Parts: sequence; structure tokens; C-alpha cells
Amino acid sequence: MSSAGQQRFTGTTVIGTARLIAAKDLRVELRSRVLLNQVLPFALIVMVMFAFALDSDAVLERVAPGLVWLAALFSALIMVSRSFAVETADGALDQLRSAGVPAMGIFIGKMMALMAQLVVLVTLLIIAAVVLYRAELSWAGSVLLVTTGLTATCGLAAVGTLYGGLAAGAKGRETLLPLLLLPVVAPVLIGATRATESAFGTRGVSTSQGWPWLGLLAVFAVLFSVSGAVAFGPLLDD
Amino acid sequence: MSNDRVTSTPFTKGLGFFVLLGIALLIILGIFVSPADVNQGESVRIMYAHVPGAWLAYLAFVMTAVSSAAYLWKRTRSLTWDRIAGASAEVGVLFMGISLVTGSLWGRLTWGTYWTWDARLTTTAFLFVTYIGYLAVRGLGGTHQQRARRSAVLALLAVLEIPLVHFSVELWNTLHQEASVAGRGTDVEMNGLMLFTLFLGVVVFTLMYVWLVLHRQRSLMLEDMLEDSGLDSALSERRAEATQAGR
Repeated sequence: MSSAGQQRFTGTTVIGTARLIAAKDLRVELRSRVLLNQVLPFALIVMVMFAFALDSDAVLERVAPGLVWLAALFSALIMVSRSFAVETADGALDQLRSAGVPAMGIFIGKMMALMAQLVVLVTLLIIAAVVLYRAELSWAGSVLLVTTGLTATCGLAAVGTLYGGLAAGAKGRETLLPLLLLPVVAPVLIGATRATESAFGTRGVSTSQGWPWLGLLAVFAVLFSVSGAVAFGPLLDD
Repeated sequence: MSNDRVTSTPFTKGLGFFVLLGIALLIILGIFVSPADVNQGESVRIMYAHVPGAWLAYLAFVMTAVSSAAYLWKRTRSLTWDRIAGASAEVGVLFMGISLVTGSLWGRLTWGTYWTWDARLTTTAFLFVTYIGYLAVRGLGGTHQQRARRSAVLALLAVLEIPLVHFSVELWNTLHQEASVAGRGTDVEMNGLMLFTLFLGVVVFTLMYVWLVLHRQRSLMLEDMLEDSGLDSALSERRAEATQAGR
């Protein structure tokens, strides 16, 4: 840890830390390819299994938006688990804290990295819905869908990082995380599914009806980003 | 075993006595004395357990949030607050479970269905699951302070989460008019004795809550003490081994 390491770490600002942590997480991801080789294939097979279970093109078309977000939630659970497994494996999180790295920076950095991965995941799931479930997408619908996707993933990333940090390092984390997270993300499932329904035009819902749901998603994203940034420090140091 | 190692005091003994007396009175009034309802018939008697149970659970969760905040606030930081929060959540989960079961049975009898996707019901189910998760987090291990910090943050997050869930379920529900409660119009016409019985139920359940939490809080304290003393004795044993080996 000579001058190179220290120079890159000048100031220990929150934003600087966040950028370093996010870059680190994404680099780990690019090299290990867990998202590409495990999580995305899992999400795809879930979409195929939904088709087996529901067994009707008409039903699939009607419930496609819900299935997209349900598959996204399940896959997000794996991602959150993975995001903190990386951090606690060698006590890295403790070392970051004892090195005086601001907790808020760690939170924002991990949240950004998680959000980037979730965006990839949701994009893939929407393509899968178009291909497998015959969902149709207009231009106006695409704008709504992109905005929905970004807001919803932001909320999911914030809440995932917060609860992931809460359970980090504890025994039985993998089984506990879904129990903690799923009730919390119910508003995202409701909001994102309704907005996606109107983007797809499912059941004749028009695109304009989708925009109000973005309000719910935005409130969720803001609320949990802020509370996560505040609460992450007290959660980590003991 | 000295006397301070039990969880009861003269106060809790007296309180317990009144609670048991109150429950006996509630059973007599609720099952035998109070009249059957005009619309619902005998099934209205479920109300005397269901409504106070739900009230107790909500009270308990509010208390969990308040004592968690008291723990996190530096000036009042004490593990006692953490134990009160934990004890309260345990009692709350128990009674929320009871009121969910009695509620769905009552719903089956009066609405003809165990469950409707009404915002209040759905939020209650979410509360139930959320606090089961809270109790699981309390059981994660680590030091007492770690447990207290983690669970206090989680309890305050639940305060954020629950209104949001309620709000979004309500929004969702307005789209599904056909699913809203069929029995909205079957509000119970209460006569004086029914109202009194219900009121008695709420009072008795509140006292029972205080009673249970006092006991549970103290037994949690004993558990913590046991853990600490176990650690201490293990440490001194190892030390003794080390000095023996050194000789």
C-alpha cells in the first residue's frame, strides 16, 4: 500500500469512496462472471418455468409484467447475497471500516454497482417477456418502461444494500435475506408491475395510466436511499 | 437461587392475578352473557378475542419501535430498551398470529371467505411477516450490543416500510374493486353489553401485554446474563489451563 494506493484514496470523500467501491464491485463481477453465468440464466429459466406453470399464451400475455418483476425480485435476492458474500468473505467490510472509509460511501458504492447489475437483469427479462410471452412495446411505452426500470432498480438496489448490510456476516444470511427483503419490496412489485402493464398495453391499459405509479416507485427509491445512507454506518460498526 | 433470579415481583403477581380474573370475566361475558348479533348470530363472539388481539399486537409493535428509538438515542442507550423491544415484538407476533387466525375464521363465517385483499388485512399480514423477520434478526448472534443495534435499526425501518406497504396495497386495491371486502355493510350494531364486553377485552388484553412483556423482558435479561457468565467461566477455565500448562 504505497503512494499509488494512497493517492487514489485522497480525501476519503463519500463520492470518491462510492466510485471506488462501485468500480471494485463491478470489476469483481466482470472477472468472476457470476451475473452472466449464473444469475441471468437463472432468471431466464424462471421465465420459462412460469410458462410451463401457466400453460396458456393468453394468460402469459396478461400476467407478463408481473412475471418480469417477480423474476427480477428473486434474482435480485441472489445478487444481494452475492454482493455481501464478496464483502464478508475475508472480513473485507470490517477492514474497510477500520481503515476509516466512510460508511455512506460504501453504501452508495455498493448500491450503484447493484443497480447497474439489476438494470442488465431487468433489460434481459423484458426482452424475454417480449420474445416468450408476446408482450408488445410501443415507442411511448418504451419511454415509460425505461423510466420505470431505472426507478424501480434504484429502489431495489437501495433496499437490497441496506438489508444485505444488516444481515452481512451473520450465519444463516442466505435464508434470512429473502424473509427480510420480500415484504419490504412489495411496493416496488406493485408499482413496477402496474407501470409495466401500461407500457406493454396489457388488458388495454393505456401508457398514460402508467406514469402515476412512478410516483410510488420514486418515493420508495428516495426513502430507502436516504435511510440506507444514514443507517448503514450504525449497522456496520460495532 | 436467590430471589432476584425469578421473573416475578409482587407487582407482576398482582397484575397477573387481575389479568386472569379479567380473562375469566371476559369469557363469561363474551360467551354466555352478551347477546348474539342480529346479522351475524353467534359468530360475533369471535370479536371479543379478535379485536383486542389485534389491538395488543399493534400496541406491541408501536412499543417495539419506541424502545428501539430509545436504544439508538445515545442518552437513553441501555440494553433494557433492547430487551423490551424484543419481548414486545415476541408478544406482538404471537397475538398478531392469533388475530389473523380468528379474523379469517370470522371472515369465513360472515363474509363467506377466509381472506380478502383488503388493504388493512394485507398490511397486517405484512406486519406479521416483517416482525417474524425481526425476531430472526435478533437470533443472529453476535454480542448483545450488535443484536441491539441491528434489531433497533430494523424496527425503525419497519416503521418506514409499513405505511408504504399499506399505501401501495390501497392503490393496488382500487384497481380491483371486485376483490374489496364484501362485508363492508355488515358493521356490527352494538348494544351496550356488547360494547362493554369489547371494551373489557381491550383493557384486559392491554394489562396482559404489560404482564407478559415484564416477564419476558426479565427472562431475556437472565438469558443474557447466562450467556455472559458462560463466557466468563469459559475464559477463566482457559486461563487456569494456561497457568497449569505454564508450570
